[in-house]
Amino acid sequence: MSRRAVGAPLSRVDGRLKVTGQAKYAADHPADGVVHAVIVGSTVSRGRITAVDTRAASALSGVLKVISHRNAPRLAYHRNPSSNNPETGERLRVFQDDRVRFRGQPVAVVVATTPEAARHGASLVVVRYDAEQPSTDLAGAPASAPVTYARGDADLAVGSAAVRLEMTYRTARNHHNAMEPHATIARWDGGRLTVWDKTQWVVGTQRELAAVFGVELSAVRVISPFVGGAFGSGLRAWPHVTIAALAARMVGRPVKLVLTRGQLYSGTGYRPAYEYRLRLGSDRRGRLTAMVHDIRAETSSYEDFRENVLAAGQTLYSMPHVRQTYRTVPLDVNTPLYMRGPGHVTAAYVIESAVDELAHELGIDPIELRRRNEPAEDESNGMPFSTRRLRECYTVGAREFGWERRAPEPRSTRRGDWLIGMGMAAGAHGTVRNPAQARVVLDARGTALVEAATSDMGPGTYTSMTQIAADALGLAVRAVEFRLGDSGMPRTPAHGASQTTASVGSAVQDGCDKLRRQAIELAVGDRRSPLHGVDARHVTVSAGRLHVTADPARGETYQRLLARHGRARLETLGLFEPGESRFSTAAYGATFAEVAVDHRLGLVRVLRMLGVYDAGRIISPKLAESQALGGMVGGIGAALLERTITDHRDGMIVNADLASYLVPVNADVPDLRAIFLEGADPEADPIGVKGLGEVVHIGVAPAIANAVFHATGRRVRELPITAEALL
Amino acid sequence: MHPFSYTKVSDLAGALAAGRRGGRYLAGGTMLVDLMRESVERPSVLVDISALPLGEITATAGGGLRIGALVRMAEAAAHPSVRAAFPVISQALESSASAQLRNMATIGGNIMQRTRCPYFRDVTAACNKREPGAGCAALGGFNRAHAILGASEHCAATHPSDVAVAFAALEANVHLLGPDGERSVALADFLLPPGGTPQREQAARPGELITAVEIPAHPRPLRSGYLKVRDRQSYEFALTSAAVALHLRDGVIHQAKVAAGGVGTVPWKLPAVERLLIGERPSQALWAEAAERAADGARPLEHNRFKIELLKRTVERQLRVVGDLAGGTA
Repeated sequence: MSRRAVGAPLSRVDGRLKVTGQAKYAADHPADGVVHAVIVGSTVSRGRITAVDTRAASALSGVLKVISHRNAPRLAYHRNPSSNNPETGERLRVFQDDRVRFRGQPVAVVVATTPEAARHGASLVVVRYDAEQPSTDLAGAPASAPVTYARGDADLAVGSAAVRLEMTYRTARNHHNAMEPHATIARWDGGRLTVWDKTQWVVGTQRELAAVFGVELSAVRVISPFVGGAFGSGLRAWPHVTIAALAARMVGRPVKLVLTRGQLYSGTGYRPAYEYRLRLGSDRRGRLTAMVHDIRAETSSYEDFRENVLAAGQTLYSMPHVRQTYRTVPLDVNTPLYMRGPGHVTAAYVIESAVDELAHELGIDPIELRRRNEPAEDESNGMPFSTRRLRECYTVGAREFGWERRAPEPRSTRRGDWLIGMGMAAGAHGTVRNPAQARVVLDARGTALVEAATSDMGPGTYTSMTQIAADALGLAVRAVEFRLGDSGMPRTPAHGASQTTASVGSAVQDGCDKLRRQAIELAVGDRRSPLHGVDARHVTVSAGRLHVTADPARGETYQRLLARHGRARLETLGLFEPGESRFSTAAYGATFAEVAVDHRLGLVRVLRMLGVYDAGRIISPKLAESQALGGMVGGIGAALLERTITDHRDGMIVNADLASYLVPVNADVPDLRAIFLEGADPEADPIGVKGLGEVVHIGVAPAIANAVFHATGRRVRELPITAEALL
Repeated sequence: MHPFSYTKVSDLAGALAAGRRGGRYLAGGTMLVDLMRESVERPSVLVDISALPLGEITATAGGGLRIGALVRMAEAAAHPSVRAAFPVISQALESSASAQLRNMATIGGNIMQRTRCPYFRDVTAACNKREPGAGCAALGGFNRAHAILGASEHCAATHPSDVAVAFAALEANVHLLGPDGERSVALADFLLPPGGTPQREQAARPGELITAVEIPAHPRPLRSGYLKVRDRQSYEFALTSAAVALHLRDGVIHQAKVAAGGVGTVPWKLPAVERLLIGERPSQALWAEAAERAADGARPLEHNRFKIELLKRTVERQLRVVGDLAGGTA
């Protein structure tokens, strides 16, 4: 019997390609006759373009064309709600008018035969503006009408609560800052467009390009086999994708466009900055009665970006009264976008900090307080939970982390110049499932090819899909190849919101199940097969061989079966269509952190962290662990380092590079450990997974912030926590 | 990036000749190339001096050290003579940049390093250093990283080097070779505060080349060390830093050399602190009293007021650390 692939700690099946440089990222694809484009960004944040002087750039050797709103064709820009474009507002239409909406907005593009000439040319384009004073500061800026939620009477309940707390928390704008910059290669063959792009959703980019250029969907093909990290930034087709395609059409040659690191700060989205006021009421025993959430977040002047910042306040803890208002604040900035755990990360920081504050106020252990407020059902909709094992996460986490060694009183543990503290926080992320398809082909050699138009930005889609397919087909892992990243492949949802394994994995499972059954039917109905006449339900496939479950000696291989039937291949299309669920399903986690704070110098060092997760079935434990460690590292960044800083006088981002936008380096990352509760959630989806990529990042920053409070006795209600806040 | 020509020289005469014709010297390239990519620097001729014979570390008569201008940061940090005599230099180097950068960047280039001020590095912002008379966007902008000491109404950019702070503490000299021959200038005189000419950062004459940095002899045993306070633990510039070197005899401080980084437009020597230490016996009270003078004359900007207190605490901490090494704190 072969071992099962699902649950085995496999290394990445694409690991060798990556470490040997053979994996082709967006800008790596060869395209005959390719030329290069460099964007000229606006140097003002608001106003009108009054002149574009392209003479010096055009005169440069190698420059083919300088494109701006002066000479660009009008594009169709059909409405397209299906590519993660915000529901409200109009997307930025590149080179369609003279209006400047944010600093760094593309106002021209230089196309040249070499990247050097294009870059030099871009620096020679002189653009003049009629500039207006921009508004880029969330603080004090007017907001749009709120989205609201209410149950009970939260204002009244807070007002009459035995214990009341009121706090305002602030979080900085964060950029995704994946290693691979966004890049696009575009080529027209007559009326057909092929694009190699960094994207988490080839289908979304395909739809957007079809809508922008007013061509049939079938005329656009988007290819993206490898993504060098994304964290959400690849969930929309950004203006530069259109620019590459537009430039390719105008010069009649394939065009490659790679954003510089600096351009990524205005050319793609970001996690918006928030101001989040929370009022809560509880009884003296720490039972929450009410929370009032008043939330403000930045968005652009032209699109109303919103994310799921309300869910945590409705479902994380039991309480009869909740009121929420969520206002976006339109500013002269580019539009934000989902970033790992969008909305949930921010809400968890606020709620988990506030709960920690309440625990301190009441002198109750923070875990005990959380236990007292654990809901019995999803109080936002009355549904039962399919699985919710947060209590187990607390128990296992407390035990493994040594929580009992935590002195209840803050600022009570000191080692030399360092104050030591422990903190923890919970997190939840509702399981997202969407329709997906996967094609499965078994060939005469007995090897399988499985395809779906999904993506692998790092979590290991290639590997986990291979594992699911191998088990379902009864093949060894090496006999299965999984391909992704081409819009011509079967449709899948966006590779985000932790839905890929649940959705695409379920489609792969279905397609492989169908194919296996098809082969079995073929065998049992075949007089020449040793399996002839056996009840199909009593046939198993393992290691590429079909056999009677109770009599492994009786059977034959896929190869023999197909050869005898003169079949070159068997092929099926796997489908996943999530139905209406009767359950509330989410992944849960508890993150623990121990920090040291230099009490004189304001330095914070994370000493160790532990995450315990209830995420359903773990398909690929080694990569799941990697994902959890990455989620914790990202949380260290959000808690202590990461912030995009805007000079509000003119909208300039002053730290638009990786030397000054600080992400954790190895020295900042201590001993990290991840534990996954064993089990599966059969109600979640056919393969029992609940999603992992988001939940491992949600709750990390508040765990650290709570540990800083425990170490120092000082509550900093703003992220990142800087040295000056602790002096 | 603007087009440029590149030439590599093999001897000092060739370098000086190319320099006299207006060529820009290129050593490790870790800063100049970056700034060229951002169009902040637009040299038309690069003169690659990396093959010149300036890569030696030698002991000088009396116990000083001469560090060749082309010694890589990593080499200098690891050199046994440096580690033995002046740990403060090794520690400053090892807390700088990243391992990759330290393997490329040179000691001479490190001193010539230009500021990390974001307004200097973005050609769309007003910067007197980049474009004299254009104004300074940093003074009214995001100036958390900027200088509290030595700034003028034209510029408040910090000198970003760590090792230059150690050199300043140790009163190093810069050896120069130019069309008019050799000369030696105290580092304190070589690096210029902005005043009314922030574009002029060093007292180098046109075509002059740094050949070495010389650390003078100091009484032995000299205990020294470098403390860098920064937002992350590696690959980040200092918010504040302190280079401290102490020589004690019979339990009394006979020599104290102290300089601060991250706070000044140039590496900031702290003579008032030094004076309070000399002739005294180490104690927590002494460290605190001396460090209280570390920010004398500081003028904070909107976002860097915290550096005044942080600087005092950084100096106090490092006095204690080095003081403990030097014979213990009473």
